[in-house]
Amino acid sequence: MNYLNEDIDSLNEKLAQGTLSADKLAQDTIDNIKKTDDKLNAWITVQEDAKPQNDLDFAHNKLAGIPIAIKDNIITDGVKTTAASHILDNYIPVYDATVIERLKKAQVTLVGKTNMDEFAMGSSTEHSYFGITHNPWNLDKVPGGSSGGSAVAVASGQVVAALGSDTGGSIRQPSAFNGIFGIKPTYGRVSRWGLIAFASSLDEIGVMSKRAKTSAEVLNVIAGSDDHDSTLSTRAVPDFTKYIGQDVKGMHVAVVKEYMAAVDGDMRAVLQEQIDALEKAGAIITEVSLPLTKYVVPDYYIIASSEASSNLQRFDGIRYGYRAQDTKNLLDVYVKSRSEGFGEEVKRRIMLGSFALSAGSYDRFFRQASKVRTLICDEFDKIFAENDVIVGPTTTTPAFGIGSEISDPIKMYNNDILTISANLVGIPAASVPAGLVDGMPVGLQIMAKRFDEGSIFQVADFIERTNKFYEKTPTGMED
Amino acid sequence: MEITEDTIKHVATLSRLEIDEKDIGKVTEQMSSIINMADQLSEVNTDGVKETVQVVDRDTVFREDKPEHWQDRDELMKNVPDQANGFIKVPVIINKDEDE
Repeated sequence: MNYLNEDIDSLNEKLAQGTLSADKLAQDTIDNIKKTDDKLNAWITVQEDAKPQNDLDFAHNKLAGIPIAIKDNIITDGVKTTAASHILDNYIPVYDATVIERLKKAQVTLVGKTNMDEFAMGSSTEHSYFGITHNPWNLDKVPGGSSGGSAVAVASGQVVAALGSDTGGSIRQPSAFNGIFGIKPTYGRVSRWGLIAFASSLDEIGVMSKRAKTSAEVLNVIAGSDDHDSTLSTRAVPDFTKYIGQDVKGMHVAVVKEYMAAVDGDMRAVLQEQIDALEKAGAIITEVSLPLTKYVVPDYYIIASSEASSNLQRFDGIRYGYRAQDTKNLLDVYVKSRSEGFGEEVKRRIMLGSFALSAGSYDRFFRQASKVRTLICDEFDKIFAENDVIVGPTTTTPAFGIGSEISDPIKMYNNDILTISANLVGIPAASVPAGLVDGMPVGLQIMAKRFDEGSIFQVADFIERTNKFYEKTPTGMED
Repeated sequence: MEITEDTIKHVATLSRLEIDEKDIGKVTEQMSSIINMADQLSEVNTDGVKETVQVVDRDTVFREDKPEHWQDRDELMKNVPDQANGFIKVPVIINKDEDE
């Protein structure tokens, strides 16, 4: 079976009524992944012996017995976790990330780990040690990244929901490219314990699914304070599903002119239709400006790469992961294991980060980037003083062709220009399908104030009900 | 700003990475364009602006410093590439005949 026409409610109902057994659901899910993944390559590890837990409580656990996919940079006890890197291709964790612990407590069936750009560094899932993932709408196009495998697993109907991670747009951009919903929660909402670190002040675990309500159910389970992550907020987590089915009358919606100017006419028309629908339903639309938008890419690449150069020091070939052979001393083990174990893009980012933090460059690069980050935060604060949400494009174009940008890092980095700011500022942001341009999906991005994921679910669910994009099947998946 | 091959070699050393001599020209060119893209930030006036290095809504968090049983030694050693008698094995740290 596939999940193209399912959501958490429909599955929970069938399981609770007994018209579908959780054992059969797990087995059918694995069989379908094996059948469809030859052309997609969305998975690094499929747990072929996946079994639902015993004593499933369908009345209290909405997710009980439901298979969910996990991005391969989230640690899973006893299940290989690689971050799509050669340096971790034999790594089997001996503990669970907090989000995995919570999914297990909610009786989710874990079925495997999805493909991604190595260490979540990339926007196309072409930088994986385990091969390129293909977009189910057109197999010659990229799925976006870095959570490309999770996005494709959902869009192609292999699973109903997947966890991803988002450091500069890695959940939202692939969600937009694949025609699904994906949310990066507020920084501090979901524990990062067990997420393989890329840039610690920006990384956030989030959820991807066809329907916003499904993501709300999963976020309900994974959000909330954790002693293992002291950057986590202690504030109460609301029931995110209560924002589903609400109207948008009276909501203040800001539209950023620099974001709308970044897309071409066809895309703008599709996005404008969604904004018009909000206005027709009583939302108050205001055009706003974020003049620093042209600096967010350099700002992000300095900060994210600096943090990465520090975080990735731990990969040294000593305690876990790949160790180079034929080494003559300890330093040689470090240098050879890292040089052979990391891919090109990861090495570029480590070197950019080391450069930005090094004596002589620190003030001009890292310190300056940290100050510009303050100015970017200020711009958003001003808009949110008068508005509930910001909407606009998630990406500047629909999915691009496989191989078309891989040799030009700067072009690839500019993919993130519309998504990066939410990470720098720490606000929640999501992408919801808006429509198609030349047969490829386009996403509407929705950003809100810190800890106000509720408004995002409210708007996303309204857009979903209005344009009914979820009724469409990816063209590459039609028999 | 001008980025030389020597700068890139120095940064590679700091990063504990080695670049093949035949690739150094290409890597320098690529890193140079990325660094100059990043250097656009110099245009922004940040006089008197404070730095933002994190966006957490809590101050430093304290907890009691008490030991916890978390994992067995055997479990923790499972991923070690080379070990002997319960210890992690590494090659010699300093060569006798050459300095680092």
